[in-house]
Amino acid sequence: MTVLRVEKPGLLTTVQDLGRPGHRAFGVPPSGALDRFALAAANRLVGNPEGAAGLECALNGPLLLALEPCLIAVTGADFTPCVNGGEIPLWTGVYLAAGERLSFSGRRGGARCYVAVAGGLAGKRWLGSLSTYLLVEKGGFDGRTLEAGDELELAGTPPRPLVSGRHLSRRLLPDYGREPVLAALPGPHYARLARASRTALWKSSFEVTRDADRMGFRLDGPQLEVTGRELLSLGLTMGAVQLPLGGQPILLMADHQTAGGYPVVVGVARAALPLAAQLLPGDRLSFAEVGLAEAQDAWRRLRRSLEEIA
Amino acid sequence: MPEKTTPLGDAALVVELGTRIDTALNSRCHALAAALEKRSGVKEAFAGYSTVTVHYDPDRTSFTALKAAISKLLKAKPRVGPSGRLHRLPVTYDGPDLAESAELLGLTTLELVRRHSQPIYRVFMVGFVPGFAYLGPLPPTLQLPRRRVPRTHVPAGTVAMAGEQTGVYPLPTPGGWHLLGRTSMPMFLSDNDPPSLLRPGDRVKFHPI
Repeated sequence: MTVLRVEKPGLLTTVQDLGRPGHRAFGVPPSGALDRFALAAANRLVGNPEGAAGLECALNGPLLLALEPCLIAVTGADFTPCVNGGEIPLWTGVYLAAGERLSFSGRRGGARCYVAVAGGLAGKRWLGSLSTYLLVEKGGFDGRTLEAGDELELAGTPPRPLVSGRHLSRRLLPDYGREPVLAALPGPHYARLARASRTALWKSSFEVTRDADRMGFRLDGPQLEVTGRELLSLGLTMGAVQLPLGGQPILLMADHQTAGGYPVVVGVARAALPLAAQLLPGDRLSFAEVGLAEAQDAWRRLRRSLEEIA
Repeated sequence: MPEKTTPLGDAALVVELGTRIDTALNSRCHALAAALEKRSGVKEAFAGYSTVTVHYDPDRTSFTALKAAISKLLKAKPRVGPSGRLHRLPVTYDGPDLAESAELLGLTTLELVRRHSQPIYRVFMVGFVPGFAYLGPLPPTLQLPRRRVPRTHVPAGTVAMAGEQTGVYPLPTPGGWHLLGRTSMPMFLSDNDPPSLLRPGDRVKFHPI
């Protein structure tokens, strides 16, 4: 069933789910929503499984016309979502009548917002996932960003009854902010960092440069130095922080290269990745060292927040 | 050397088995990755040249349990994996770096082509982008450091080399290797599963045309 028509696509709007893990051995990254918490929450708010496909809207947002009555939820960044011009709450299930329009009237904070629709969006499945992977033009809506005139279909029959008004309380959200502190663990090549660079890594703040996309964010901060001979390429993951020769770290995101030969100095904890996903060029971040058990507990707390949406 | 196991974030870890490009070492990595993928709680295990990156679910297994399992698996006699398929790739050696690379190596371009197309290379791993196979080892007389300034655009099908490695760019991407030629064989097979012509353990022979 065709449920929404794209009247304006927004700067970079793609269909994403929770990704396609399991194909790194052939060079295929996990992809999927950069802010996995926000997409999973949006899906729960409309009664979908957490991994249903929704829209990831970067920087602004689309203008969507409802062709059928539907239940939506908008989560993640605050781009001031409106229905027929009136502002609607974030992190809440909202009923949309046929003929009504979802628009966004301006960015207040964050980088990426998510729109889930009850029933989940349909799309081209690639290697088990509906996530759009732009580099190879596969998955999602024909492997591309949305364009004006595109019509979005539902993957399945929406759960009945359409229960609007489900809400996720602010206190259960990750600690989003313009200068987040990302919990991180020393990585496989942390010991190669010169002593002064270790201190600089934990004590300094880094700016997200213009070189920031779904593959990763190049950061600008104090020069960090590693010693030792060149490495052989190894397998990477979202949240890994590589340190190329220039000394400016790269934080890998969902469409990351699956292998690389730069030293991996820290790994950002899963619970901190949604915070990173909401950063734009010019925003700042810092790293705080955490233990493994602590990092895993923080993730379990986020999971419990999601499970409160029933 | 004994293996070194370190966390990579809170749901992955890296096991380092060595620091060289070596077929036996790489085979051990692939065997370890395959054995780990059979364990409950392991979501994915990726064999690099001399490392294995393990993605796990901390609610079903733990770093400590995996570290112990890895030590135990490595003590067992390594299984010899099946020898991979042999791919014959036709190459037009007319790349923009062919002449310069030959000059840096003190060879004629003809000799560079002969030496590059002589060995049967092993696929040590597939990574970076879909379908990119890391082939090697390159003969010592052909080894050059990467280009100082990487190119922002390397066309798909470009045959290139750097250090002890050679390979074919499957997609138009940036690249810092020396570009020797091109092949018409597609490396990225978008409608196949797996979507890569070359798989770890496969062998590759270049044929100048």
